[in-house]
This record gives sequence, C-alpha cells and structure tokens, in this order.
Amino acid sequence: MTDMNMIKDIVKAYGPSGREQKVTEVIRSFVEPLVDEVYTDTLGNLIAHKRGTSGKKLMFISHMDQIGLIVTDIDEKGFLRVANIGGVSPAMYAARAVRFENGVRGVTHFETETSGFMNPGKAAIGNLFVDIGAESREEAAAKVSLGDMAVVEAEFLELGNRVSCAAMDNRICCAAVVEALKEMKSEHDVYAVFSVQEEVGIRGAGAAAYVIQPDLCINLDVTLYGDTPKCVPMAMKLGEGAAIKIMDASVIIPPVVYTWLEDVAVKNDIKYQRDVMRMGGTDTSAVQKTRGGILVGGISIPLRYMHSPVETGDLRDFAATAALLRAAAAEAELPHR
Amino acid sequence: MLRRLEELCNLNGVSGDEGRVRRYIKNIAKDYADEVWTDTMGNLYAHKRGEGKKVVVTAHMDEVGMIIWGAMDNGLLIYQTQGIDPRVVVSKRVVVGEKEIPGVIGAKAIHLQSMADRQKVLPHSELFIDIGAKDKADAMKYVERGDYAAFATKWERYGRDMMKAKALDDRMGCAIALELLKNTYDCDFTAVFTVQEELGLRGAEAAVYNVKPDVALVLEGTTANDMPGADGHQHVTKVGAGPAISFMDGATIVKREMFEALKKTAEEAGIPYQLKQAVAGGNDAGVIHKALSGCVTGVISVATRYIHSPCSMASVTDFENTYKLADAFLASGKFNEV
Repeated sequence: MTDMNMIKDIVKAYGPSGREQKVTEVIRSFVEPLVDEVYTDTLGNLIAHKRGTSGKKLMFISHMDQIGLIVTDIDEKGFLRVANIGGVSPAMYAARAVRFENGVRGVTHFETETSGFMNPGKAAIGNLFVDIGAESREEAAAKVSLGDMAVVEAEFLELGNRVSCAAMDNRICCAAVVEALKEMKSEHDVYAVFSVQEEVGIRGAGAAAYVIQPDLCINLDVTLYGDTPKCVPMAMKLGEGAAIKIMDASVIIPPVVYTWLEDVAVKNDIKYQRDVMRMGGTDTSAVQKTRGGILVGGISIPLRYMHSPVETGDLRDFAATAALLRAAAAEAELPHR
Repeated sequence: MLRRLEELCNLNGVSGDEGRVRRYIKNIAKDYADEVWTDTMGNLYAHKRGEGKKVVVTAHMDEVGMIIWGAMDNGLLIYQTQGIDPRVVVSKRVVVGEKEIPGVIGAKAIHLQSMADRQKVLPHSELFIDIGAKDKADAMKYVERGDYAAFATKWERYGRDMMKAKALDDRMGCAIALELLKNTYDCDFTAVFTVQEELGLRGAEAAVYNVKPDVALVLEGTTANDMPGADGHQHVTKVGAGPAISFMDGATIVKREMFEALKKTAEEAGIPYQLKQAVAGGNDAGVIHKALSGCVTGVISVATRYIHSPCSMASVTDFENTYKLADAFLASGKFNEV
C-alpha cells in the first residue's frame, strides 16, 4: 500500500536550494528508524547509511531542494523584489501564493506597466514582486530579510493514479528512496544521500560522492514526458514504470550499468522504460566525475509540467522505482567495468 | 594599504599573465608568512601556521585584458578578450607584452562609418590595437602572438573619498589579504592569491585542493549600479555604503550561518555594510564552496563602478572598511561558529 502521508509530508516540506533544513528534518524522521546512522555534511547533504558486509559501497542520490524565489530588495512601500532560485518561469510564478521559511505568506504579481494586466508571459523575473501585505519597508523588514527565500504554495492533489503538487521534482524521488529503504536487504554498505542545491547547478552532489567514494551510485531524479497534447516528442510516459536512465544533457550512463538495472527489473518483474532525456542535467554528472571517476546509473520518475506548481507524477512509477532500488540493493554482484 | 593598492593596480596582470602581480605580492608576503609558495597553475599561497580550523582568505590576482591574436598586413594587431564591453575600449591606451609596448585601441573613424555602423556597437572583432607599426613584419618585431595587452591607466584619487584605476577588481582584495597577513589569528591561516578568475574561476578550483580549507572568505570587487535610471532593487551594490556581504550570487548560495556571522561581525564592530542585492555573476567562492567534502565560504566585496573597464571607481572608505570587516571576522574567531 502506498504510504501517501509519507509522500505528502516530504513533497510539502519547505526546502529551496540552500535552505534545505526543514525538508532535511522531515526526511530524517522517516529514515532514522530504517538505517544505522544518519548525518549531514558541510554543505547540508543528508546521508543515511545502512551497513553491509560485502565491502562494497552502493550510493543512492536524490536531491531534496526545490526551486523558489529569493528576496533581493524591499522597497519603501513594503513590496519585495526577488530573483529566481533555479529554473523558475516568471509567468508560472506570477500571481501565486508563496510561503517563507518562517511561515510568512504572500502573493506574487508583476509590473503591469511592463506586461499589461493580463499577460505575465512578458514579465522577466525582475518584473516580479511579492506582496506580503506590508504597508511600509519597516513593516515588511520586520517579517522578511534580504536573502530569505520563498516557495510556491501548492495543494497536494490526488488524481486517480496520479499526484500533483509543487516540488514533486524531486521529492517524489526522495520519497521513493525512503520507501525502498523499508525492508531493504543488502550485503553492501548502502548510502542514501539526499542532496542539496541541485536546482542551482548541481552543487551538493560532488562533495557527498567525494567523501563516500561508492563503487556504484544510482541517481534518482524526475524526467520529462512525451504523453500530453502536442508536447515536445519524447518516449517517456506516466504509468509505464521506472525510467532507467540512458542519458541526460549532463551525463551518459555506461551500458554496463543500465543493462544491469534492466536485468534486475526483468528478474523481479518490475515495469520499466528507458529514459533518454536530451534536456536537463542531474546530480549523476557531478558524481561521475568525482575523484578518479565513479560508476553511475539513474532511475527516473516521469513528471509532467516540470518546474510548475502542478508537477504531476504517477504512483505506479513511484512504486516501481522503489521496488527497483530495493531489488538492485539486494543483488550480490554490482556492475563493474 | 592604500599605497600598496596603488602599486598593485598599476601592475599589469591579465588572466594567465599574473607573474608581475605574483612577484610583488610574494615579496611582501614572505616577511609575514611562515611559507610562501606557488602551485602549477600560478596560484600563490602565504601560509601562517596555527592551531584550529584551516581558514583561508582568497583574492584573485588577474584582471581583464586582451591577448594578441596576430597582426594584419597593415601592422594593426588583432586581439581576443573576455568580459570587456567593446563600448569602453575604443581610443583607450594599452600596453602590449613583456616590454610594455604602448598602443591604442582603434576603430573606424566616425566619418567612415555607415549609418548601420553608427547604430551598432562595433564588436571586438572589428577593433584593433595600433602600436604604430608600419606593416605586419614591423609589428611582429615588437609583439608575438599570445602576448597580453593591459589597459595603461594609472591609479588616482578622485574627489574626497573615491579612487580610479584599472584592476580594482580584484587588487583591492589582494591588498586586503596582504594586510591581513600582518596579523595573527587563532587558526591555521592561508592567504591565497588566485589566477584566472576572470576566465571562469579556474585557479581557485585547483587551489582549494592544495589548502583543503574548513572556512574560506573570498574578497572581491563587485558591480555597483547606483546609476541614473536604476531603481533601488537594481543597484546590486552602492558605492560608499560599506562592504557588500553576499547571500547569493550566480555561482554560490552562502551558507546562512556564514552570511549571518559576517553581518553580526559588522554590527558588533560598528562597521557599515550592505548586502549584495544581485544574485548574478560569480567569483572564486563558486568553486571553493562545493569542492572536496564542502567548504564553508563567505564573500565580502567592495562596490565598484565601471568594473571591467580601464577606469573603474571605488570608495577608499569602503575599501578600508572591507579590510576592517575581514579582520574583525578573523580576530573574533567567528569562523568557529559557521
């Protein structure tokens, strides 16, 4: 049975890039009973370690940060100017409710002089502002400081086999790792890394891999989709299973790894598809190039409407991903060159 | 410190050609540091041994400039550059190569420009450096392909509190780091003077593996946009408003504890400060903070108008207060709290 409350708690937790403490606490509470030790590193990566006996190290990495807005100025009327944290579309972030880490809420809007009342599509991020209801700089500054970050408020919607919310990228994968850690049996040392600052350019993953030096690292991230009306053609579809990464714009997976994952899927009767993503990068690339090079693979969950407040994924893909991770960890032989 | 800054700004050290700046710094640093050494890329390290955390301050030695690509038949030099607005270079004096051959950057005279030419900005590819050579063979007697060219402007005081120079970005950081070396802090302290920052943080990426710092403080010159037509939220930084503490730029999100520690240092020491409001651009912090197992990295910058030009301007008081802030951060041991 899908643990919907766990998914919802992880997806809804606050955690834009560089401010991941709150989501760290939520994930920590779920993984602590499942592993031998849980710790954070200098950059804030959360690492859950389950000891093994084989002498091999298997690492999973799933970024936990989300895109958002950062306050760069407060004007005399109390409006906040913002810049983007990661790949924020100004149009998708105009006229939204947002929330700060300290609980302060606000709404976004845009300079209508630039765009007209009805057309946020013309607004750049610099034309956006946040209204927290303050009527002066002093009133706003008492609630929010420069450098504070906001995330978009979104409802967690259950839509049949699908769920929709902001920050499904990449919390749905974080939840899949937690799900996989339940009843995980492995001879290997398993390190589940929940990484920081992926959305701003893959900044956290390298440091974690540098310390752990795994024999194999499997990245968990969302991927694009090709199954909505008149969308960019792509093979991945919701509900077609765990998407085994072949490549994205930042990494090419060695065939020895993705064929191994496909074999594991077949052997365990887990539905899978291939993930060939031409756009976008993932933590996989930083891990692959760490130290003398690390063998990497990836399992992705297709996600519709990426980087919008209504990112939508499929619970069957979630379940298949968790099952494939668990099955991979149970393999005595890891792939090797 | 101001005299040092003048001397540093007047030295030429375009990215990849930092030798003169390095020799100058090394010569001073050797009197204060336990060891001074240079790595393969040219980064300079001045190490003062101590107990406790490994703390580094970094400043980049390189400045924006040009590299000679070749000469045309008529003796004019073709150049390549990065990070310089072509609108600021025409008719500016430069010096080329080790022998510092004087030249000017030339462009087609206004009489000869078509209406279309006048409407656009002439790109670097249509500009050239004129060293007075009569033809290609003559030019190649004085310069070689691969020689560097730097702006020939000198450091000067302007008005009551301002200074003008090329290379304020980041010789201000170099001068401050040198000054910090005179003091003793309760840590293992290294001042790192990096190369090739302007080409994409290249020196620092190697340097961080040589010192493996726990905490790094990057000293920079950054853009001031306190210009007509810019609203408050577009200022980035303002000249005269104090050292600029970064919470984020295009390459780094500063760990909150570090950002707060720098603010607190300024408040406790009564040093005016501002927050850098733009989150674009990057500096050596971008590669340092995520290297190894991660290094806590903060950034303090001096607001600089007309940055990356032959004549950038900054406030002397901001410069001095940036030193004071870095010194207070180190002296108060706040690096133990981040």
